[in-house]
Amino acid sequence: MTNKETSPAGNGKPKLAIYWAASCGGCEIAILNIGDKILAVDEAFEIVFWPCAADFKYEDVRNYPDHSIDLCLFNGAIRSSENEEMAHLLRQKSKVLVAFGSCAQEGCIPGLSNLTSASDTFRAIYMDNPSIDNPAATLPQTVTTVPEGELHIPVFYNTVRSLDQVVPVEYVIPGCPPEPPQIWAVLEAIVTGAPLPAPGSTVIGASHLAVCHECPLEKHEKTIERFYRPYEITPEPGLCLLEQGLMCMGIATRGGCGALCPRVGMRCEGCYGLLDGVEDQGANMISAIASVVNVGKPGDDEAELERRIGVAMDSIVDPAGTFYRFNMAHSLLHRVKTGNNGDVQNRGSETA
Amino acid sequence: MSEERVGVYVCHCGTNIAKTVDVQDVATWAAGQPHVTVARDYKFMCSSLGQEMVEQDIQEQGLTRVVVAACSPHMHEKTFQGACERAGLNRFMFEMANIRELNSWTTKDRESATQKAKSMVRGAVERVVHHRPLDMLPVPINPNTLIVGGGIAGITAALDIANAGYHVYLVEREPSIGGHMAQVDKTFPTLDCAACILTPRMVDVGQHPNITLLSYSELEQVDGHVGNFTVRVRKKARFVNEALCTGCGDCIEKCPGKTLDEVFEVGLGYRKAVYKPFPQAVPKYPVIDTESCIFFQRGKCKACELVCPTHAIDFTQKDEYLQLQVGNIILATGYDLFDARTIPQYGYGRLANVFTSMEFERMVNAAGPTDGQIVLRDGVTPPKSVGIIHCVGSRDKHYHEYCSRVCCMYSLKFAHLIHERLPDTEVYNFYIDIRASGKRYEEFYHRVLEEGTHFIRGRVAEVTDAARMPGEEGKLIIQAEDTLIGKQRRIPVDMVILSTGVQSRHDSHEVAQLFGMGCDFNGYFIERHPKLDPVLTMSDGVFIAGACQGPMAIPETVAQAGSAASQVISLISQGTLMMEPIRARINPDKCSGCRICNNLCPYHAITFHADRKVSEVITAMCQGCGACVSACPSSAITGAHFTAQQVMSQIEGILWDVRETIPLMAR
Ligand SMILES: Cc1cc2nc3c(=O)[nH]c(=O)nc-3n(C[C@H](O)[C@H](O)[C@H](O)COP(=O)(O)OP(=O)(O)OC[C@H]3O[C@@H](n4cnc5c(N)ncnc54)[C@H](O)[C@@H]3O)c2cc1C
Ligand code: SF4
Ligand code: SF4
Ligand code: SF4
Repeated sequence: MTNKETSPAGNGKPKLAIYWAASCGGCEIAILNIGDKILAVDEAFEIVFWPCAADFKYEDVRNYPDHSIDLCLFNGAIRSSENEEMAHLLRQKSKVLVAFGSCAQEGCIPGLSNLTSASDTFRAIYMDNPSIDNPAATLPQTVTTVPEGELHIPVFYNTVRSLDQVVPVEYVIPGCPPEPPQIWAVLEAIVTGAPLPAPGSTVIGASHLAVCHECPLEKHEKTIERFYRPYEITPEPGLCLLEQGLMCMGIATRGGCGALCPRVGMRCEGCYGLLDGVEDQGANMISAIASVVNVGKPGDDEAELERRIGVAMDSIVDPAGTFYRFNMAHSLLHRVKTGNNGDVQNRGSETA
Repeated sequence: MSEERVGVYVCHCGTNIAKTVDVQDVATWAAGQPHVTVARDYKFMCSSLGQEMVEQDIQEQGLTRVVVAACSPHMHEKTFQGACERAGLNRFMFEMANIRELNSWTTKDRESATQKAKSMVRGAVERVVHHRPLDMLPVPINPNTLIVGGGIAGITAALDIANAGYHVYLVEREPSIGGHMAQVDKTFPTLDCAACILTPRMVDVGQHPNITLLSYSELEQVDGHVGNFTVRVRKKARFVNEALCTGCGDCIEKCPGKTLDEVFEVGLGYRKAVYKPFPQAVPKYPVIDTESCIFFQRGKCKACELVCPTHAIDFTQKDEYLQLQVGNIILATGYDLFDARTIPQYGYGRLANVFTSMEFERMVNAAGPTDGQIVLRDGVTPPKSVGIIHCVGSRDKHYHEYCSRVCCMYSLKFAHLIHERLPDTEVYNFYIDIRASGKRYEEFYHRVLEEGTHFIRGRVAEVTDAARMPGEEGKLIIQAEDTLIGKQRRIPVDMVILSTGVQSRHDSHEVAQLFGMGCDFNGYFIERHPKLDPVLTMSDGVFIAGACQGPMAIPETVAQAGSAASQVISLISQGTLMMEPIRARINPDKCSGCRICNNLCPYHAITFHADRKVSEVITAMCQGCGACVSACPSSAITGAHFTAQQVMSQIEGILWDVRETIPLMAR
């Protein structure tokens, strides 16, 4: 290692950067939630960039030599020109860039805005919003002229992307947010020099099996008549939630969390994302549940089959938000089509 | 990947493809696509010259993959796989693009058809480079055969197979085998007595050491695949112990319970509560019908039990379930008769002297309810005139559009039998066309013409008893347009016979479902190929014979039964079958044990190991349908030859001219 020459401060410890792009901040809290191990992190690494916790400027990073940051944990999706710029910058400066958490990995909740457009999003935030009074219909502008000169703010993109849709990443730590014990396990492995798997968007800090594998609830052959939202039923304890009609995403979601949600009767929402070899988490979930919905058997009365399909379908509320809650931006769907004006096409207009 | 050397062959199929697709353009274009080493077009790829071209290119150009853009893989996939194999390439290094059924036959637009052909070729090329060599799976064939239905078709097939030395289980729903042929009197065109030629064969079936006859039995469930089916059969309780019964018939004689025989005598005669459908029934054991049995209905009687010399009557008998292991199955379930009541204007069920064809068959049968006397419904008066109406329910878009194929001939047979038994009676046949196309059928028609039958060409409008003209009182009047003279005619007769057509079995869809095969719009079982494979079905190891495939007379039925039997015998004599290795496999290192797949395999090929908490596909039972592959949310199940990579690459290839790279740099 040539850290001595290239390091920004040069105290010999591996250098760590943590950055927060388009995300809620939960990932940062999850890092702090490793508890007093955070002291060990401070002990082991030299923190060279962590805007949330310490006072670094972008300019500092620009001044670091290329590849001088040993490990960069990048959380948040790429939603604005600022996010994109930082992704490229940190890529350039880091040896190992990690997509940390669901936003960086797959777009997460910000990615759901790919179901609409930037202009519709602005309209919802700044105009059609009960808590806003904006009679002049003022919207954020990237360039504003003020007496003192021109003000620039980042461009708000139409499409949210995951980190690896913008720059290559070595590793991915999934989760919304990643579970602290898993974060610590990864950091500890790096500190102790334990071998990491081959890089290339490789998932670390998680299981290679689905949540069901670590879920202690009892599983049976599945036949589901209809689905329920969590408030509609009290699940029978000890029994697989999906079998009881709660849309548990555990079957299609990478484990590693310890099945925390299903353990306490809450359906898995899918935050650990897709499994290895899966093209699209939402699509896998949809075809799995479509295969076990009990609408009757072939040869049954057509009208009755159709009615029962209708019952099952009607009980699935908000399919995009259910099946693609975390993975919309990284899925095969990626985003809805928008017209020339940037507006989403065929929404509402066709349903009359 | 790019070391792969793909040969692309675009077939003209005469003009079938070339007329619509610019095959030369497709081939020239294909030559410039990634992975493609050589691309050619040729008039008939399936010809031996076409195949040799592929073989030669594999050897001389070192091709590692082959794509043929031609017809459906169903037609010729095996042909070209064979060519690959002869040239030393694994047969699965091949992919077919169906540019005929899926392209040239669907449009006249040459430009878009050519464009589509390119997309399909590109899809096939991008798929084939991901193919992996696979080995065929040898499957042993169980030498036992199941035959469903004991009509003349089932009987013939059973005897053929049994005589070849293999065991047959013959399952028949009714108390006796024989089917419809047992009901008819004489058979056209030769006028052999049906019973005389049928009964000896029925007896052979009953006595054959290689045939297990399961009469009065129903199929419940079928699992497995060609070579190894497991079949569950319900043997309905007869209430007669077959081991003790000698078939003497004392019980039948003494039974006081009498009821209309709606099945064998089609409502024209009576039977006892303990009965055999007809005297020559095979097996000879009677059954007790609980609906008409006085003991079962009122708790008292047991006359039969009292008289039975061998104490064979057993009122406590229960349905019995049998599990059979067979390698092949022949369906010979026959047909149902069209219900004459469906056409109210012909008066069946309302006008006493309107009869159906099967009623008339029973009536002229010497063993039937009238001892062969042709009489009106009163049971004594012979008719002085009879009208026979052809095509009842057939060749009519309100009922069945198809021709029932047997009605013309049996109607001629009826005319002849009436002349023979009642020489003074006038017979009128109302027909649309006379269809007498079988061997010696036309000659039979002429014979009946010469016997003095009146033929009136035209569809009958109605049969009525409302007399309007002199001479019509007390008669049935048949109103029809005589299209040969262009006039409406009213013919008063004493008796009307409706030549009701045939239709598929009422339960044919359910039966087809048990075997995972299909029925056509009319409910007949679908053959694999209407000309070349009439007795094969889409389900390997399941064959069809006789009138369950479509309306047909006895000679054709027997020919089909023989053909099905020889197909089965040839499979059995091969001993093992090489099956396509296109099967699903679960990677235990990826299975989370979620159990989504456990319930959905139509062939019950998936088991769950509760101890290891993983699921497993039993290869021998898997049919490669792919249901579980697409369902597994962990993508832990792979379908050989249908991997996600292969399928996705094909999709990407098809979309070659429209695909965008996903990480859109869209702002
Ligand atoms: C009025 C009339 C007269 C005819 N006269 C002549 C003639 O003179 N000459 C001629 O060549 N043809 C004649 N035919 C045609 C002839 O009846 C048929 O060609 C022949 O009966 C077809 O035989 P099959 O075995 O296919 O069907 P079927 O005779 O219908 O036999 C099918 C058998 O399968 C059984 N079965 C059905 N479903 C099941 C099930 N799910 N499980 C178990 N068993 C089942 C039935 O009980 C039946 O025993 C006549 C037809 C009619 C309607
Ligand atoms: S509750 Fe959810 S995670 Fe648990 S077994 Fe059922 S589907 Fe899997
Ligand atoms: S669906 Fe997939 S993960 Fe679930 S039990 Fe079956 S093979 Fe295992
Ligand atoms: S592919 Fe799967 S569902 Fe289909 S037969 Fe095989 S094991 Fe059963």
